[in-house]
Order: sequence, then C-alpha cells, then structure tokens
Amino acid sequence: MKIMHCPLNGPRNISEFVYGGQVAAMPDPQQCSDKDWAGYVFYEENAIGVVREWWQHAPSSYWFIAERHNGTDDIVRTYDPSELFDERVDFAAGDNES
Amino acid sequence: MPLGLLKYGRGSDYPFESKPDLPGPRDLKKHYDVVIIGGGGHGVATAYYLAKYHGITNVAVLEKAYLGGGNTARNTAVIRSNYLTPEGVRFYSASVRLYENLANEFDFNIMYSRRGQLTLAHTDATVRAFRQRAEVNKHFGGRTELIDRQNIAELVPCLNLDPAELPVMAGLWHQDGATARHDAVAWGYARGATQRGAELHQLTEVIGIESHAEQVTGVITNRGKISCGSVIQAVAGHSAVMSQKAGFPLPIVAYPLQAMVTLPVKPFLNPLVSSSALHCYVQQTSRGEIVIGGGSDPYPLYNSRASLPLKESLIASAVDMFPFLSEMRLLRQWAGITDMTADYSPIMGLSPLQNYYLDAGWGTWGFKATPICGKTMAELVASGGQVPELIQPFTLERFNHFQQVNEMGATAASH
Repeated sequence: MKIMHCPLNGPRNISEFVYGGQVAAMPDPQQCSDKDWAGYVFYEENAIGVVREWWQHAPSSYWFIAERHNGTDDIVRTYDPSELFDERVDFAAGDNES
Repeated sequence: MPLGLLKYGRGSDYPFESKPDLPGPRDLKKHYDVVIIGGGGHGVATAYYLAKYHGITNVAVLEKAYLGGGNTARNTAVIRSNYLTPEGVRFYSASVRLYENLANEFDFNIMYSRRGQLTLAHTDATVRAFRQRAEVNKHFGGRTELIDRQNIAELVPCLNLDPAELPVMAGLWHQDGATARHDAVAWGYARGATQRGAELHQLTEVIGIESHAEQVTGVITNRGKISCGSVIQAVAGHSAVMSQKAGFPLPIVAYPLQAMVTLPVKPFLNPLVSSSALHCYVQQTSRGEIVIGGGSDPYPLYNSRASLPLKESLIASAVDMFPFLSEMRLLRQWAGITDMTADYSPIMGLSPLQNYYLDAGWGTWGFKATPICGKTMAELVASGGQVPELIQPFTLERFNHFQQVNEMGATAASH
C-alpha cells in the first residue's frame, strides 16, 4: 500500500486521494490571448523530476499541495495551500453578473 | 514425409537461417538525410515507407534500447477503427486496411487475425453514444453495428451478461476489429526498411538536438554527433521529454497503463471484448493467453512500475465479465507509459522547428495506427513539409485554436 501524508488527516492510503493537476498560475481569462489560455489549459511541466501538484483527500474534501517526483513516485513533501496562497484569489467576479 | 524436409532436417546449417532478418550493428555515418528518433513500430514503419514509396534511403532510425522494445511491446495489440469523429474514423480505418495486407507485403508473418471487436454498453447514455459511433463508422469506411443481448450471447457464450449489477444493454460490434503480433509488426517493418537501405541503430540514445534559426541541424547521441536534413520524433511515452530537447513543450501528460496475461489455454474466445463501464478489455491471443487491459493509472508518472490496487480492480472487472477467469493463473504483468493528450487524439505533423516533424501523443491508441502513421509521416517528410490531408486534423496547432478532435469516449477502456 502506498501512503500519502495528508497535512490534515495524517498518513493515509493513496487510494483515498484524487490527483488534481500541477500547480500553475492562471492567466486572467478576460485579458490573456487564446494561446496563453491554451498554455494554461493543455500544457504541463514535462521534465522528469520533482513537480508541485494539487491533491485532494476525497473523504474529507480537503485540497492540498504535494511535491512529488514524477519519475520515482516519491512524495517529497505535502502541505496546506496557504503556504503558497496567502492572499485571496478573485476569479473576475464582475463578469458573472451578465 | 517429403524428402526435401528430411534433407533440410539433416542439413548442416539447420536450424540456423542463412540470412538474418536484420543486419548487424555498424558505425554511424556523419550525415543522414532523415533521422528518426525512436525504433518502435512507428519509427521503422516511417523508414520503410520512406524507402519504399519515396526512394529516400539515407535514413537512420535511432533507438535507445532495442527494436520495438518500448510501447510497441507493451500495448495489448488491438487493431480497430470504430472511433467517434470523422477525422478519427477516416484515419484509423486507413490503418486497418493497410494491416490486412501487411504480412503479404512483408513476406513475414505478423499473425494478423481478424476477430471482430465487441464493446459492451451498460447504460442508456452509452447505447446512444454507440449508435452515433456505428453511424459515423458506416459512413467513413468501417464495419460497425449495434447488436442486442441475444446477439452478444451467441457471439460470446462464456460472457456474463449481468456483471457487477450492471446488465449489458447492447453491444457495439466492429467486424474489422483484429489483433496481430506486435513484435512481428516492428520486425517486419524493420526488415523491409533495412533491406531497402535504411539503417537501424539500436542502443543509440539521442541526448541532445542541435538547431539554428528554427532549423534542426543535427542530433547528439551517446555514440557521437550526426548532422541531418530533417528529424522525425517517434518516441511514445517520452514525447514531451524529447520535444524539450528540441526546445519546445508538448501538451502531453504521461500516465502509466498496466496490463497482464494469463497462462495459455485452448482457444475459446474469438472476439476482442471490452466493457465501457467496467473499464476492462479481454481478448485471447493466437498463442492462447488471455490479455487483460484497462484504464490508466490515476495519476501521472514516468515509470512503468506495477501497482497492486490497479491490478486488483482490473482483475475484479475481468472476473465479473468472465467468471471462470478466477480459476486461471497470471503469467506476467507489465506497464507502459502513455502520452495522453487532452482530446485523446495524436499530435502529428509540423512542429515549431521547420524540419523537425512530430509523431507524438500516442496515448493508448498507437499500435493500431502504426502502418498509416508510417505512411503519412513518410509522405510529410518526403514532400518537405506538405501535411497529408489525413493527418491535418492532428496538428499541434489545434490546441492553440481549441480545435480538439475529441476521441475520449471511443478510446481504450479508461472511460
């Protein structure tokens, strides 16, 4: 059984977790070009090495960040997203009114 | 017993063939007109068609390990064309047609065996999707129809029609579905290509790509540097890693895909059977082994290790479909690395570098496309970059314009 350390729930079976894609900065969808948006949607870091990824502990719906080696599958570190995101992120809320 | 056979058996050169299928190792030349990175099915097929139809024989196929030892050896050898989009069906059915005559063309047995492929629907939504696939297929050259439970029971008597409380509602019956021996496909192409003058260099790894002003000038290998007129990359599983050596990224995420085979038994299962809801497909090879394949691993990884949870769920689904499989023993298991694109279609054609051509993004659908890939990639290179109509929809540029060719619903068993 492969174990992942959830920052909230401690060590758990990796089957309890859901992969959520690499951590990447989202360009402003209203301002950026189609190409930039395609870059954000379709492209990931493809070098073999340690990558920073979103994971969710499904039973507790808790999202966190894991640093994992995508060649050896070693999980280097897991931590709460507040370590990276210390400000509120607004998703262009004004445009939802239309 | 015919006398000739007796004589052959007593001959001194028995059991050795007088002429080997492939020439032995040789030194790299300083320059090749075309360098093909990757000596799998796609790479050697491209070299074969370059020599056969375009007279281009100053070609080197560079393979970091051995011929057909990567994903060509790791797929589950399904040949079919019952896809969803017109672009996909047109492309894959051209491939199936080439496969049918390949053994004759090579004078080399690829053990091509047309069995028909049956995909099971367990929900109304899937039945609707199958109806669409059947119509698209009929229109673009494949033979596919929707069949009911009774037809399925007659076709595959040993199939459990009510697996895992998911009753089978209907099936998509694809008469053109087939299987072949994957190693033989690679060997047949490699033999044909080398006989016509192309060179296959095994244990030759490309470690760098040199370019100048958006033109590739040469490749650096572990055996030295070569200059070249153009480069084709055909490295399933590591496409995005290779493209980064050429200096640009690809919209690919690599996932492992695991499969396994049982010990061989007498033939009992003719068609290839797959279930859309159980994420599992089962077929019997011409050697008698039952091949069991399924969905990809749940997260990306550049590693072909096995994982027990995936094997467990795969076997559970296979036993649901064919309960007596629980009595059988596994012979071996393996994994391959699949280059998944967002729309489950390949990336073929031009790249940001002018003379660097892409044959990438082959996820779980590469083996069945081997002949048509070789043929169209050869056309592309020989014409100096005129993209054949058949592969135009698969351009890398489509992602920038959000013109995906969505084959997700018709690919493998992962959905």
